[in-house]
Amino acid sequence: MRKLRLALACLAFTSACSPAVGEEVVKIGYASTLSGPTAAIGGDIKDGFDLFLKMKDGQLGNLKAEVIVTDNGLKVDAEKQNINRLLKREKVDFLTGGVFGAMYMPVLPEILGSETFYLAPNSGLKDYAGAKCSPYLFTVGFQNEDHSPGMAKYMNDSNFESIYLVAAAGPGGREVLDGFKRHYKGAYEEMFTKLGQVDYAAEIATIRAASPDAIFTFLPGGMGINFMKQYVGAGLNKDIPVYMPGYNADEDSLRSLEDVLLGTLNTSHWGHDLDNPANKYFVDAFKTEYGRIPSMYAAQGYDVAQLIDSAVRAVNGNLSDKAAVRKALEAADFESVRGYFQFNKNHMPIHDIYMREVFTNDAGVVTNRTIAKVVEKQQDPFVNECKMPD
Amino acid sequence: MFNQPGRAICLLVVVALAILFPPLMQWGGNEYFIGIASRMLIYGIAATSLNFILGYGGMVSFGHAAFLGVGAYTAAILVESGWSSALIVWPLAMLLAAAIALLIALVSLRTTGVYFIMITLAFAQMLYYIAVSMNAYGGEEGLNIPRVTIPGLDLESDTQLYYVAFVLVCSVIYLLHRVINSRFGRVLTAISENEARMQALGYKTMHFKLVAFVLAGAVAGIAGALLATQNSFVNPSIMHWTSSGLLLFMVILGGVGNKYGGLIGAIVFLGLEDFAVNIRIDWLADLYPNYSQHSLLLVGLVLLTVVMFAPHGIAGLFSKGGRRVSH
Amino acid sequence: MTVTLILEQALNGLQFGLMLFLLAAGLTLVFGIMGMINLAHGSLYMLGAFIAATIASLSGSFWLAIGLSVLITAAVGMVLEMSLLRALYTRDHLSQVLATFALVLIINEVVRLVWGTDASLFPPQSLAGPVELYSGLSYSAYRLAIIVLGLVVACGLYLLIAKTRFGMRLRAGASNRTMAHMMGGDVSRLFTLVFGLGAGLAALAGAALGPILAVQVGMGESILILTFVVIVIGGIGSIRGALIGAILVGMVDTMGRVFIPMFLRLTMPSNYASDLGPALASIVIYVLMAAVLYWRPQGLFPARSG
Repeated sequence: MRKLRLALACLAFTSACSPAVGEEVVKIGYASTLSGPTAAIGGDIKDGFDLFLKMKDGQLGNLKAEVIVTDNGLKVDAEKQNINRLLKREKVDFLTGGVFGAMYMPVLPEILGSETFYLAPNSGLKDYAGAKCSPYLFTVGFQNEDHSPGMAKYMNDSNFESIYLVAAAGPGGREVLDGFKRHYKGAYEEMFTKLGQVDYAAEIATIRAASPDAIFTFLPGGMGINFMKQYVGAGLNKDIPVYMPGYNADEDSLRSLEDVLLGTLNTSHWGHDLDNPANKYFVDAFKTEYGRIPSMYAAQGYDVAQLIDSAVRAVNGNLSDKAAVRKALEAADFESVRGYFQFNKNHMPIHDIYMREVFTNDAGVVTNRTIAKVVEKQQDPFVNECKMPD
Repeated sequence: MFNQPGRAICLLVVVALAILFPPLMQWGGNEYFIGIASRMLIYGIAATSLNFILGYGGMVSFGHAAFLGVGAYTAAILVESGWSSALIVWPLAMLLAAAIALLIALVSLRTTGVYFIMITLAFAQMLYYIAVSMNAYGGEEGLNIPRVTIPGLDLESDTQLYYVAFVLVCSVIYLLHRVINSRFGRVLTAISENEARMQALGYKTMHFKLVAFVLAGAVAGIAGALLATQNSFVNPSIMHWTSSGLLLFMVILGGVGNKYGGLIGAIVFLGLEDFAVNIRIDWLADLYPNYSQHSLLLVGLVLLTVVMFAPHGIAGLFSKGGRRVSH
Repeated sequence: MTVTLILEQALNGLQFGLMLFLLAAGLTLVFGIMGMINLAHGSLYMLGAFIAATIASLSGSFWLAIGLSVLITAAVGMVLEMSLLRALYTRDHLSQVLATFALVLIINEVVRLVWGTDASLFPPQSLAGPVELYSGLSYSAYRLAIIVLGLVVACGLYLLIAKTRFGMRLRAGASNRTMAHMMGGDVSRLFTLVFGLGAGLAALAGAALGPILAVQVGMGESILILTFVVIVIGGIGSIRGALIGAILVGMVDTMGRVFIPMFLRLTMPSNYASDLGPALASIVIYVLMAAVLYWRPQGLFPARSG
């Protein structure tokens, strides 16, 4: 009986995996975090990505796109299994979708070792911006330290006596704070919270006891929403103002927080009111398709799709010539919604950083407005440690 | 149901198929499944060790995955520190798992029934949180590690790792067979049926249960070390209590108290999981495009069915045997 | 380390403990009276939160959402009991654990199919702000409300158990199941009602905690473990044990998370402290439970006499 069972199992396996023969296809593995307190971020990136695909009728370059989606639920072991399947079973041409460095860093060695291109749509890790840079890794979102310097310099001028830094644990949090501390000259204390944590009573009590002049937070998505609501509920926002990089003040958070963040400042590499044709087209299309203003995450997802499209077109669909695909990717020959966008030698972005303010627009919606460009053509500090092979 | 020659032939065919599995997969271009099969064999080792204390010893341990974790992390730490030979790493993983099992057993075996279940759960959670806090070894994110080496073999090859796992799981099942049929095994089984009677007869029941628990922990430890090498990765979730729950599920699915129960359960469960995620059912996809992400629904339904209607598991369906688990 | 910090964390601990009590009360009654380990109790908690989230967003009223959610979840619980769980009362503990574990998996996926993985539940506007307890400590009005709710429920349960006929039968059933059977009456109806009561309490906790913790699939599992720790410490079948155990666990866990790392940072080099602190804080509850099991295996206030 066991033999019969085993035989049946074998048959099932072999039959369930016959490769599809037919038209030329570009296979994209979309391994993301689509559930849990930070689900909205992954969802936004995907919405931006899907929008571009829809505009091109499901084609990227001259090939039909087949997108295989997996969700790791903020669990690294689930991500490991997903990536294993995408690489070995589905044999994808491109991998993307990673929201948090904490989730995709453990799987990068396997991905890059298999010579598959990984296009990080969101955060970029410092190790891979520096010594571990790889010809197969491209970061389309931002390097973790990109947004902090602009805010740090602003806060320097405010002459705070002491501040508190609050960040979610993981490479993202560590690196965002590193970028901040590199440029902030005053006194500070710091604390790390758990990735995915939602109850901040203990942290709020500690901040209250320390009574700093201001706090700088890195709590993307649902984490930031919960934190701010509880912060306001505890009465601290009147005495201790909050500053942040763009992650917890973007459209997805503002929809839930509404008035709570009015008047606060944040830094980002993109704003929905940026005045360039690609952006205008994107924002209008997004509003029409989804009925809401896009966040910077959606803009990044859109740019990833644009990048793949440009690369596939440049190599004329010949994806097996990896050297050519790499060159095509490096060229970044597309109109980014950010305006200026180039890849640096280490495949991290070179882009401008803006200061944004939360306000109520004419339609009564609480959103961001871009008030100034604070850094022109921001490069990450690790580029010189990268010895990219030719 | 089967007579002796029938059983032997069955076994022979299964073993032959198992040995031919990798070349078969390679021929079809499906190397991916060799890795899946290795995982099944490794979890088979862990489930068999749990079946030993559960099915024959009557101890419902809800923290068995902790020993998987101890074995895995010991292997990871040793490999990270430079010792890459399996001949050193694996025995040490076993030893440490056995030691921790001893400590846990000394405290837990003072309780019975639901309290035993809860306290084994508690200890597993403690170990889980300790692993999460070890930031030097990845903390909650886990740690990538290279595979161990065995002189004369190349474990980087999925196929060779599969054969190593296969040899080990066969050895473990054979070991179980010998232990169960030894005097120790018979006493243990008698204790699980009526401990008071055995105590009245003068047996130091605590000692027997302790030895069984430690033995099971050690075997789970080596399964953990194998898992660490197969994944090239360790992560605290290996020892989360839900992992222990799934191990119990494998044992019950395969057949409590049946020699092959652990292995059968592991194969069917992991096969079911992979199958449910990967099979493309078009009409279902039209209704629910994301249905493959809900594989746990199928797992839950199967588990419920097995528990309610086939408590002797798959092996129980085909043989009169299978033991009833007391308390 | 200030008085304010200690007080604020004590309040946090009390709030968490009282919510644990809501969960523990139901679980301990089911375990004590029907002799069943129910891992799906956490799923009822989760259902309560999701149902409340939907009703709140449809009706705009938080209070309506909580009330209806409790009733609906209690009904769901009773249906589950009558159809499925009843068959498990006579089975061994392992079967109960595995069957209810299977239920957890199934309910998680069903919720995911119906609601998606998360839902939003926000506190009512009237409670969204702070209440100034004294100058230097403004505490969240919503958390204070939860504390009040927990105390009210505790009183209510006490009255129910000590002063009503239903309560008398509950106490009889918890302390000696066979006797309770023999005393007659419609035992299976009692069981169904007990289960419904437990489910309702779990839903109340879920809906109340929803605005603070996230309403998401899997929220039941993490709090379920703590609930089991509570009833083991408090004594299976005892409501009083559940209350004391829950407040104890809530306090130790909450205050431990802030003060253990703080204490460690003072006494040892900071890189060890930052690793060891959270680890110790997480395991202190389990150490407590293991200690109680070792020295007083029946728990602190056992209900059983035979």
